[in-house]
Amino acid sequence: MVKQIAISLFINGAPVSALVEPRLTLADFLRHELNLTGTHLGCEHGVCGACTVLLDEQSVRACLLLAAQLDDRRITTVEGLSPAKGLSPLQQCFRKHHALQCGFCTPGMLVSAHALLQENPHPSRAQIEDALSGNLCRCTGYIPIVDAIEEAAGMDPV
Amino acid sequence: MKPPVFDYHRAASIDEALALIAQHGGDAKLLAGGQSLMPALNFRLTAPAALIDLNAIECLTGVKETGNGDLIAGAMTRHRYFETSPLIERHLPLLRHAMGSVAHVAIRNRGTLGGSLCHADPSAEWPALCLACDAQMGLQGRGGTRWLKADAFFVDLFTTALAPDELLAQVVFPAWPQGRRWGFQEVARRRGDFAIVGVVCVMDVDEGGVCTWACIVVFGIGGRPVSLHEAAAELTGRKPQPSHVLSAARCAQSAADCRTDHHASADYRRELVQALTARAIDQALGRESVHG
Repeated sequence: MVKQIAISLFINGAPVSALVEPRLTLADFLRHELNLTGTHLGCEHGVCGACTVLLDEQSVRACLLLAAQLDDRRITTVEGLSPAKGLSPLQQCFRKHHALQCGFCTPGMLVSAHALLQENPHPSRAQIEDALSGNLCRCTGYIPIVDAIEEAAGMDPV
Repeated sequence: MKPPVFDYHRAASIDEALALIAQHGGDAKLLAGGQSLMPALNFRLTAPAALIDLNAIECLTGVKETGNGDLIAGAMTRHRYFETSPLIERHLPLLRHAMGSVAHVAIRNRGTLGGSLCHADPSAEWPALCLACDAQMGLQGRGGTRWLKADAFFVDLFTTALAPDELLAQVVFPAWPQGRRWGFQEVARRRGDFAIVGVVCVMDVDEGGVCTWACIVVFGIGGRPVSLHEAAAELTGRKPQPSHVLSAARCAQSAADCRTDHHASADYRRELVQALTARAIDQALGRESVHG
């Protein structure tokens, strides 16, 4: 019988305490334990980018982290990128440019784009494409996604 | 697609990690950035009894400069640090540049130098970079630290000289002489994917334009990165002209023992070795490449 691990962390700014099995990934912790189903799970081996979340301020794959590792850390999911009401400017730009078709990759795209714009508020188109290189869209709708991020660049993120 | 059952230990110090390794007698895995281990666990390609998490060991993270300009990197330093640190840009710009080819930013935010080196994927950039920089690996066991040069550390596919009761604690990158030149070329199917073939070229050129020393490392072709001494010898003692670049690239092609796998045939890899070697040398020389 493996020992469960006690963790206390902040998810989208709110304190959360839990007792977790060591093998529980952050992605499954978010989706199954906290019902934060905005974080999507595609490949479960770090390739597709759908589960991208922020660990402190940095983008990471939630399928490649264990919940047990995250005591005292701050996690931001796609739910945490929106204001209390409505959409963030980045999300509005996604809607305006039809930057989603099936929507499966969208949470990862938004989190990756948010991390990019926090670090580099005025990225070039090439820098946007590079920042999205780890996020797969199988509807192949990359062009409107890049267009949306280009328009959101320089706007107030919240 | 979910990991098997394991115990989890967060080591607070190197001594504690070494004690946990000993306690589990080879049935535990060290968890560094987890960007290769976690996929392997999710696929159930590995099923250790326990994970020993190294992320809380502060002394394993960061890069220090010694008095003579060597850089000592903690094994848990993340790829993203090497990509963004002014210290790295100043001392080893090759490393900063090459990080752009190491997976994607979300992976580089987590993945570590030591994790990549100990995983020893033949298509990974770090082992080749360490070979080209003549880096030394500090392997810490309960009896102390032993030092191995990169060439002795990498054994074969996913195999290193690290003993089961040791952990890789530090990597020392010897200081570069003033003006050392470098080139880094890689072909992958998609930006950030593992290299099909990559080539690193490092060289010193004196004021008269004569190459006084060169090193050409090829990776992705076989079980581990290799330094192609014969190809480098085509450049040393000469003012490298396009004909010398071409003969070095041809020499690299004939010396490279290339594998076939589902990504590429051995023939295609040999073609890439020649083209990328020429481009890497031209990049180091600061020339527009005229080769392939």
